[in-house]
Amino acid sequence: MTFLLFAEQMLNGLQFGIMLFLMAAGLTLVFGVMGLINLAHGSLYMIGAFAAAWVAGLTGSFVLALMASLAAAAAAGALIELTVIRRLYKRDHLDQVLATFALILILSEGTRWVFGSFPLYLDVPSYLSGPVTLPGGIQYPLYRLAIIVAGLVVAGGLFALIARTRIGIQIRAGEADREMIAALGIDISRLYTLVFALGAALAGLAGALVGAIQSVQVGMGEPVLILAFVVIVIGGIGSIKGALVGALLVGLTDTMGGVLLPRFFALFMDPSAATTIGASLGSMLIYILMAVVLIVRPSGLYGSA
Amino acid sequence: MTRETYINAALTFLLVLVPFWAWSTGQAYILTLCTKVAILALAGVGLNIALGLGGLVSFGHAAFFGIGGYAMGILASHAQVFDPIAEWPILIEGTKSMPVIWLVAMVSSALAALLIGVLSLRTSGVYFIMITLAFGQMLYYFTIGWPAYGGEDGLSIYVRNSFPGLNTLVPVQFLILSYVVLGLALWFSARLARSSFGLALTAARQNADRVETVGIAPFRLRLVAFVISGAITGLAGAMFADLNRFISPTMFSWHTSGEIMIFVILGGVGRLYGPVVGAALYILLEHLLGGVSDYWQIFLGLLLLAVVLFARGGLIGTLAGREVAHG
Amino acid sequence: MTLMKLAMLATTAMLAAGAAMADGKVKVGMITTLSGGGAGLGIDARDGFMLALKLSGSDAVEVVIEDDQQKPEVAVQLADKMIQAENVDVLTGIIWSNLAMAVVPSAVAQDKIYLSVNAGPSALAGAGCHPNYFNVAWQNDNLHEAAGAYASNAGYGKTFILAPNYPAGTDALTGFKRFYKGELAGEVYTTLGQTDYAAEIAQIRASGADSVFFFLPGGMGISFMKQYADSGVGLPVVGPAFSFDQGILQAVGAAALGVVNTSQWGKDLDNEANKTFVAAFQEEYGRLPSLYASQGYDTANLLLSAMGKADISDKEAFRAALKEADFASTRGDFKFGNNNHPIQDIYVREVIQEGDVFTNKIIGTALEDHVDAYAAECKM
Repeated sequence: MTFLLFAEQMLNGLQFGIMLFLMAAGLTLVFGVMGLINLAHGSLYMIGAFAAAWVAGLTGSFVLALMASLAAAAAAGALIELTVIRRLYKRDHLDQVLATFALILILSEGTRWVFGSFPLYLDVPSYLSGPVTLPGGIQYPLYRLAIIVAGLVVAGGLFALIARTRIGIQIRAGEADREMIAALGIDISRLYTLVFALGAALAGLAGALVGAIQSVQVGMGEPVLILAFVVIVIGGIGSIKGALVGALLVGLTDTMGGVLLPRFFALFMDPSAATTIGASLGSMLIYILMAVVLIVRPSGLYGSA
Repeated sequence: MTRETYINAALTFLLVLVPFWAWSTGQAYILTLCTKVAILALAGVGLNIALGLGGLVSFGHAAFFGIGGYAMGILASHAQVFDPIAEWPILIEGTKSMPVIWLVAMVSSALAALLIGVLSLRTSGVYFIMITLAFGQMLYYFTIGWPAYGGEDGLSIYVRNSFPGLNTLVPVQFLILSYVVLGLALWFSARLARSSFGLALTAARQNADRVETVGIAPFRLRLVAFVISGAITGLAGAMFADLNRFISPTMFSWHTSGEIMIFVILGGVGRLYGPVVGAALYILLEHLLGGVSDYWQIFLGLLLLAVVLFARGGLIGTLAGREVAHG
Repeated sequence: MTLMKLAMLATTAMLAAGAAMADGKVKVGMITTLSGGGAGLGIDARDGFMLALKLSGSDAVEVVIEDDQQKPEVAVQLADKMIQAENVDVLTGIIWSNLAMAVVPSAVAQDKIYLSVNAGPSALAGAGCHPNYFNVAWQNDNLHEAAGAYASNAGYGKTFILAPNYPAGTDALTGFKRFYKGELAGEVYTTLGQTDYAAEIAQIRASGADSVFFFLPGGMGISFMKQYADSGVGLPVVGPAFSFDQGILQAVGAAALGVVNTSQWGKDLDNEANKTFVAAFQEEYGRLPSLYASQGYDTANLLLSAMGKADISDKEAFRAALKEADFASTRGDFKFGNNNHPIQDIYVREVIQEGDVFTNKIIGTALEDHVDAYAAECKM
């Protein structure tokens, strides 16, 4: 494998990881602050992508589409929080799993009912399409670079929000001691709605960004949801830093594993068997990574026991 | 006699009455549906031992369900074409005999549960939920990519396996067989809950430290419960494969884990009859709503949501009040 | 034959209740995907089927439709329901090969006729063929074989090929290689359901290929095409019709323009049946028909043609009537081979834009009167 190809694949892994981070950040915040397992997080990702595709179709503007995805996912998140989720905070994880599983059914089929059964169209805007040549001669799609930059900006913003602002202090206080911040006179139910909507908006943004280079269709959120769970568990639930590290780790493992394993098996096997076995093992790799991390560190890399 | 006992008795009566009515009026499909309820309830009974008694929220029981199914598929497919599974070091032939298949299914899923349990039980809470999910997903992707037994396409077994003295292809005979197995599993599960092991396990769920101070290791208790739970769910997997005469990787998917969990929660976690009620209700809803509209899953979702929000403790919990089941 | 005997045992009870009455009517059970991400295909097949019945004006066909949710277990249970509770004579509708493999063998063994509107797994075309099973679409390998033939004819000598790592994916690459004479620049299996193809595209770029062949059905194909177009690799692409069909072409958009794909049908095929079909479909449903809709439409017309010749209660005569395939197919000439799979032309299409709509135009024929590779293994 040439250096160029290797570098390009590393960039791909990085970009995939950044995308996963946008999904995982909301999930881990919601779990850290409210102690809630939200299986419907993938549906918010889907809502973001559909809203973006719809607005892009109407206006032709990608920027408006991204804003629509943020707004639609945040609004859907707030609505869900107010009607369903807030009744679940005091329940055990089991009830949360069942209720949010029910939400997946409702949101997926509801979206299909509104938008029909065929995938929607959403494309990369012309000013971000096509490849650019990076130092070293790597040809890389501009849009993917833009995703990496956008993801890093959001990650930076999120860290600043949590470290520097009033809301961030409340969030951190909420993670540490839920009763205490209520006692301090903070409107806890408003904070919860806000955090949930924030997480939803991030998922929606991820859905829209990815939707431009993938297929905008019903059920698109489910595979990502599972990956996002893997990420936050590896990173340690509730930790934004853990989510970032976990996301990059999963992104790189998945991409590089899929590329390198078939080559590795080809060293001592016939090519077609090597590609099949390599590909099978490649798709199991992140789950193996997760199991190994948990066996060594039962509460993830940055989790508190 | 508690209210729950009356409810259970009424349920047993209903579960026998419906197939009897279907049988006497010649509605074979209702019999098939009842068999499906019994087998899925059996999977739920297995999960309920880990979940209800041990407090172990496993989101990966599809792994055992699938292993049971594949045990059946592998044994029966080799017997179907008279091709031994292995000739070295010892000759292993395929088989179409249900008792043998069930034994293999239970032993192999128990072994898998032992391995997964040893690794997973080091974690707790959400981490446990997720690590069990990870093991399920590993097997899911493995079976998709493993071409020997059909990969993603799955594998058809053309004729249902045999049970001594029965013709399992006659719907009512297979139904009775699965009812008997479910009955035995319920009886075993009730005995287990009342045994000293069950009491210790319940105590470990409620307060692990206290159990540890009297010299019992909660880890071992949980591991044993997890293994028993996996074996029963594996048995259900083998029977489910026989009901459909078909296996595929979807038996391993996280949706399957979710559905088994839903049966238990819907009926009532830790309630002896919880999985039975849950499975019956879920199948009934699926059956009735499927014809209503293309978007029937919206209604299913709304109903599930209503049960979680307003019928706490599942259906049995709501009907019988909040006292602890068979403790 | 024990299989038959056992299956008959299972159905005796229902037959006694009086299944098929000799009144010329036929009850059809349609099991297809109507919910979830794959619903578009099932809906198209169903709509095509129902359109043909409507146009025929016949009320002799009763159709029971159920949603399999793209889950094999559900499909098996629905088949049980159709056979045990609804007493259908004919089953049809399944889109996916893995679901077909779960349902078809036991249904045909219980003496039900199965008409396949879409899936054609190799196991049912070769040694596992059955007199009650008729495939009205194609054997799974067909369109890929045509793509291989086209790539060779077009002068490509170094093609990079990729497909998901599951049986239909390996079949696709095998089918392509069967008719492709050049050498391969690379052969890659992706994860089923994968949505990001950056890693594979990077390999294509580095491989020195002169063309790309891929089989990635549904959303996977949309994702791949968009990312491929954006990567600037720019090598010519060949694929089977599934990734360039009417249902998903709008979602791929301009990225698909100019791509060559192989299909046994196109909306611009010049024959009377097809013109009627395309016009009536647009009129009825307000959208352009797809490959799947044409297959559903042909299936219903095949059934109607057989009903005109024989009564369903006489299975032997009914099978013979089906086998004659005496109906006006939307793809022109259509006949069944010895294994009840189509012998048909496979065309080469190119993606074009008509106004706002992306669609396909037929530009040539890849294989004429093509017989699938498994027909010889079928002892029937």
